Amino acid sequence: MIQALFGQLLVGLINGSFYALLSLGLAIIFGLLNVVNFAHGAQYMMGAFVAWMGLSYLGVGYWWALLLSPAAVGLVGIALERVLIRRLYGLDPLYGLLLTFGLTLIVEGLFHHAYGNSGNAYPVPALLQGGVNLGFMYLPIYRAWVVVVSLVVCFGSWLVIEKTRLGAYLRAGTENPRLLQAFGVNVPFMFTVTYGFGVARAAFAVVMAAPIYQVTPTMGANLIMVVFAVVVIGGMGSIAGSIFTGVGLGLVEGITKYLYPEASNVVIFVIMALVLLLRPAGLFGRER
Amino acid sequence: MRAIAGRRPGLLGYAVLVAIGLVAPFVVYPVFAMNVLCLALFASAFNLLLGYTGLLSFGHAAFIGSAAYVTGWVVKGWGLPVVVGILAGTAFATLVGFVFGSLAIRRAGIYFAMITLGLAQLIYFLVVQMPWTGGEDGLQGVPRGTLFGVLDLSDKYAMYYLVYAVFLFGFWIIHRTIDSPFGHVLRAIRENEPRALSLGYDVNRFKLMAFVISAGLAGLAGSLKVLVFQFASLSDVHWHLSGTVVLMTLLGGMGTVTGPSVGALLVVTLENYLASLGSWVTVITGAVFVVCVLAFRRGIVGEIRALVRRSFSL
Repeated sequence: MIQALFGQLLVGLINGSFYALLSLGLAIIFGLLNVVNFAHGAQYMMGAFVAWMGLSYLGVGYWWALLLSPAAVGLVGIALERVLIRRLYGLDPLYGLLLTFGLTLIVEGLFHHAYGNSGNAYPVPALLQGGVNLGFMYLPIYRAWVVVVSLVVCFGSWLVIEKTRLGAYLRAGTENPRLLQAFGVNVPFMFTVTYGFGVARAAFAVVMAAPIYQVTPTMGANLIMVVFAVVVIGGMGSIAGSIFTGVGLGLVEGITKYLYPEASNVVIFVIMALVLLLRPAGLFGRER
Repeated sequence: MRAIAGRRPGLLGYAVLVAIGLVAPFVVYPVFAMNVLCLALFASAFNLLLGYTGLLSFGHAAFIGSAAYVTGWVVKGWGLPVVVGILAGTAFATLVGFVFGSLAIRRAGIYFAMITLGLAQLIYFLVVQMPWTGGEDGLQGVPRGTLFGVLDLSDKYAMYYLVYAVFLFGFWIIHRTIDSPFGHVLRAIRENEPRALSLGYDVNRFKLMAFVISAGLAGLAGSLKVLVFQFASLSDVHWHLSGTVVLMTLLGGMGTVTGPSVGALLVVTLENYLASLGSWVTVITGAVFVVCVLAFRRGIVGEIRALVRRSFSL
């Protein structure tokens, strides 16, 4: 019994670290560009397919995929920002949401057409196969690796944003992009890079996720709904808050899966409703 | 000002729409025409929220879908009359609308969209897991029955004119809502919420009422839809449908009375003719979405209205 609980907690921790990574990406893009990137889910899914196609058709392995897939998806993101998203700056952010929603449909439809609904398995790299018996539970090495790397990436993002010059520009751009531009910073370029990096991070996350989950065309859409709820619960105010909320909700989901599996799909949405009742601005949000 | 300027061309538009609706079942396949009417009502109800109050709900499938399931179950499972089924479905959607609306109006802008999306997912997963909904198979074999025990609704023309009458009723409610002082307050909220608040309007109450009316009418559309097709499926509560209704409204023209109906007609026609292409329908829908957002934000009716206004320099 205790084995099952810890197993679910581990899955919850992994899911939670992905929630944290993605909601952080959404928050940074929204903060600077004022665009809700609905396509984050589709880009996540694309990252998985790039890795899977690379392995199946070209024999490109996991470690290269970890580098190449984010690069490829990031470039697609940069192109999107330059050609399409850029045209909506200054309009109501709802248009950005609708544009990226349309893009999501296009990408999802294309992959659905090419690969159907069935899942494609992605093997765990040889170096990280196997597991350790901790006594109270069996810990697959790969899963431990995913948790550690995700948390390192989250922490690294926090460090970059809070402690570096680049992060200072980013924070300044979030507050007042015009003033920043007046100081001679190339803000449009910063927007492009931020979007590209945000998208690339989603692809990085999914390459790590690929050996755990199946690679399917709908994997991104299902995730992005939950991530939106995570964003509502946590608020987009603070980075540490996003990480804490993401990981915490992943764990709650894991516990629910153990106690009452039927509710595991909805528990995060129920929590969202409760948070709206008790603390409408979100756990870490600022009222705006 | 807009209402006065738009009144005359609008009146002509209504007359044309009513006439088209009367002859439609003899020109096109009646089930197709009924589907258009149901979705036109759905989109018009949605437009009350997006076009007139400025609130983007991304979870309207929850209302049309849950009403479809409730009506289907009341008619099929409990064997109650069709009218009771329609009333039950609409009432249920209104209730869900009240609960979701009360939660969602606590946040504004994009959060509002995310919250409605999340709450609609809640309904989706409930429908997937409840024992009586039929899960992946959907709720099948819903009988159409008779209207007040007199009119046999299995006849396609009888069913069509019932749907048409209900559509006109719903459309009339929306029109009255928009044209009333209440509707003007909604527009004031859309244009400048702090100002509406400072003028003493209880903004949240108005938003909630608009949300509830919109949800109830969306539910009415769902109650009809389940009778037309005689089944309810997961696609009725899926987020794709929530996106489709945004597209219909955007394409036809948000904030115009007839726009959503025009959009519904176009999108249903598109889906109908492209049905054999499978996943390409999703791709094309997405592409239309992108084009609308980038180049065509006023929508078809909005563009026509702007053209008319410019040529008469109103």
